[in-house]
Amino acid sequence: MRKYKIKDDVQKKSYHKDRFFVKPTVARTSVFDDSVFSLDYTSANTIVNIVESYIEFDHLVLIIEPNDNVKLIQHLQTIRAYDFLVELTAVDYIATRGGFEIVYEMLSTTKKKRVRVKTFINKKDSIQTVEPLFRMADWSEREMYDMYGIQVINHPNLKRILMPNDWYGHPLLKTYPLHGDEKASWYEVDKIFGKESRDVIGPELRDSACVDRYDTDRFARLGHEVHKGIKISEGNEPDTPIRYQEEGGVKLFGKRLVTPFDEIETEQLKERR
Amino acid sequence: MAQHKVNYLAQGGTPVKLTAVDKIVNFGRSNSLWPMTYGLACCAIEMMAAGGSRFDFDRFGTIFRASPRQSDVIVVAGTLTKKHAEFMRRLYDQMPDPKWVISMGSCANTGGMFNTYATVQGVDRVIPVDIYLPGCAPRPETLQYALMMLQQKIRREPARMAQKAKRLV
Amino acid sequence: MQQSNRLKPFFENINFEREDNTMVVNFGPQHPSAHGQLRLMLELQGEEVTKAYPDVGYLHRGIEKMGENMIYNEFLPTTDRMDYISSTSNNYGYALAVEKLIGVVAPRRAEVIRTMLLELNRIISHLFWLATHALDVGAMSIFLYAFREREFAMDLMEDYCGARLTHSAVRIGGVPLDLPNDWLGNLEKFCQTLESQIPIYEGLLTKNRIWRMRLENIGVISEKMAKSWAVSGVALRGSGVKWDLRKEMPYGLYSELDFNIPVANTCDCYGRYKCYMAEVYESIKILRQLVPLYEKSDTQLMAHSPEYISCTKEEMMTQNYSLMQHFVLVTQGMRPPVGEVYVATESPKGELGFYIVSDGTPYAYKLKCRAPSFWHTGLLNDLLPGQQLADVVAIIGNLNIVFGEIDR
Repeated sequence: MRKYKIKDDVQKKSYHKDRFFVKPTVARTSVFDDSVFSLDYTSANTIVNIVESYIEFDHLVLIIEPNDNVKLIQHLQTIRAYDFLVELTAVDYIATRGGFEIVYEMLSTTKKKRVRVKTFINKKDSIQTVEPLFRMADWSEREMYDMYGIQVINHPNLKRILMPNDWYGHPLLKTYPLHGDEKASWYEVDKIFGKESRDVIGPELRDSACVDRYDTDRFARLGHEVHKGIKISEGNEPDTPIRYQEEGGVKLFGKRLVTPFDEIETEQLKERR
Repeated sequence: MAQHKVNYLAQGGTPVKLTAVDKIVNFGRSNSLWPMTYGLACCAIEMMAAGGSRFDFDRFGTIFRASPRQSDVIVVAGTLTKKHAEFMRRLYDQMPDPKWVISMGSCANTGGMFNTYATVQGVDRVIPVDIYLPGCAPRPETLQYALMMLQQKIRREPARMAQKAKRLV
Repeated sequence: MQQSNRLKPFFENINFEREDNTMVVNFGPQHPSAHGQLRLMLELQGEEVTKAYPDVGYLHRGIEKMGENMIYNEFLPTTDRMDYISSTSNNYGYALAVEKLIGVVAPRRAEVIRTMLLELNRIISHLFWLATHALDVGAMSIFLYAFREREFAMDLMEDYCGARLTHSAVRIGGVPLDLPNDWLGNLEKFCQTLESQIPIYEGLLTKNRIWRMRLENIGVISEKMAKSWAVSGVALRGSGVKWDLRKEMPYGLYSELDFNIPVANTCDCYGRYKCYMAEVYESIKILRQLVPLYEKSDTQLMAHSPEYISCTKEEMMTQNYSLMQHFVLVTQGMRPPVGEVYVATESPKGELGFYIVSDGTPYAYKLKCRAPSFWHTGLLNDLLPGQQLADVVAIIGNLNIVFGEIDR
């Protein structure tokens, strides 16, 4: 019987599964340990309902409902002086939790603190754009759509940004293989030459550890380059040294114009020694 | 590198008889190869350094031309992605004959370390390549060596009015 | 002879003249100016730009997906290729993020060496910026001069780690190699050469009427626009916001070093140019301060944390358990704690951040690289309308964008 491979997550996994290993977790402290963050938290709590909050690695992490993202980010921007939206991205948790976690990372230049706002949406849901607040979201949300397929409501221009416009699939999903699916692997051949030339050009060679029987014949050695296809047998390699065109002197100008290059006696090598 | 089904020994690999006209034309062609600036990624920086003052490229007679219509060689330096492959083929088609291709760096040769969905695994899937130049990024001296190899290759060929069809579809 | 393929000539499907007299020009993915693969579609009314639409993605290599399929140590050389002009700054940002996640601090000498490499990379990057920007604007001899200085700096990097461009000179937990014997002497010579040559370039450009006319009042990024587009680095400091992560939220040794942050109030290209030149002087100052710190430091180069980091070669070749641990770390990879971390460092381009989500396995669950040039390119959308066509090239050069970072 064929081994059943789970298609939920086709990224590379560690072969060795350590059954008794207890994974340590990063320390999360309470919000009220830091004075600035506790003020941020209390003021944010009056605006939206914060599901969970903690401090992790000097970041205040606020987890909210997806519908509140614009309200909270606007509050943080205008009232709590977080003037930069530094990063906007999504994490794929479809296999484990059935959706995506959208992450907004904000920075305050006056208070020198960072805040991470996280929210969880289900697979087919869409999220409201924060582009009216921060223009950087224009491109970040386009990238999020391109890579994960998350629809963003009220976005001015939701098109693919990193992949070609007619690409099929959303690359950063866990179900998308690293080497690309069938449409991806023939994309350039189909586009330029058409489907008929797929077998002329041949499939992509993705095995980096492939060693071919005739490899030593096919690659010329430095200084002994020959035409492809010429048989090179032991000791029979034609030598192709670097010969300069001007070595015998240039015909028009005579021999004095060119000093021959002698490896042993040049100035440069004397200096280096 | 792609595995095309082509017979490489069509010419026999034997040395070709060159007349004086061939030699003069090849002298002209090989000593004034004008590359098109096709720097895509990191190898482009090494190509620019090769054009700088320490590893001068100008002494080979090369002038970097921006337009494909005025260049002989295209030095593909850097990763070719699938989004870009179409444009590279267009630009290659716009170059007039005779034209040569130097594929510089691992990404152009075989896709390099980027064994992913968006990288063309070797620029020779879309363009016929004359010289493959390994390295990541290859030193500028390696690029010069490749150019000299190309010059020797050009001097070996008979100078025809129309270039013999290189393999590719 | 033409080989047949399916690509039709393009001129049939672009309309050059529209009803309102604007012309659509495609600044294609292949550029004579050395900025990489930017496709900019400009609508021009005469010489003035009315709409600009930058199209990126021509260098998207799937680096983030590679991060989910490689162990942490294996991914480090891939970060090199993001901002390929100053490679060590990406390596350092990534290594710092992973070190914060696993809770390891690099030893003193490693920090000193890393900071030296970072400032050297900053000088390399700013020289490259000057060279390509001047080449685009038209001052072509600066390209050759700046590349000559860069060659000396790359000689230093090559003496240290063997590579000119894509260094991978740092490791998670420290650095693998100590400085070669006469590296510090060469560094001092390089600093002196640079200090004597940079005034020459400034003398050529700073008070030059043509340069000033080309760069003043061009590409004005107001503070509001900068904050809205998450602009960072010199582009932000050129708009009057005194924000540099090395001073405001220091990491590594920057809290002990004495340097200034150049800020310009004019918000235009000329102000940013002056900031870049001043930053090179500051980097030289920092390099000089680091040399005595190196001499006073203890010789340990990698952090001692056997769970996550392999030991030194001497120990590995003589002790059995060290060899076994190293084998496991290299083949399976280290297992960091479950959690998320976001660490930002000040790369020469701006705020380079790494957001790592770890689920305890050797492969990261998510690795997002926050590249500053991504939003600087998006900024062109709002910045270019109203500028002349010749200024477009100057602005793109001035913003210091690298396509390896944008497309990842």
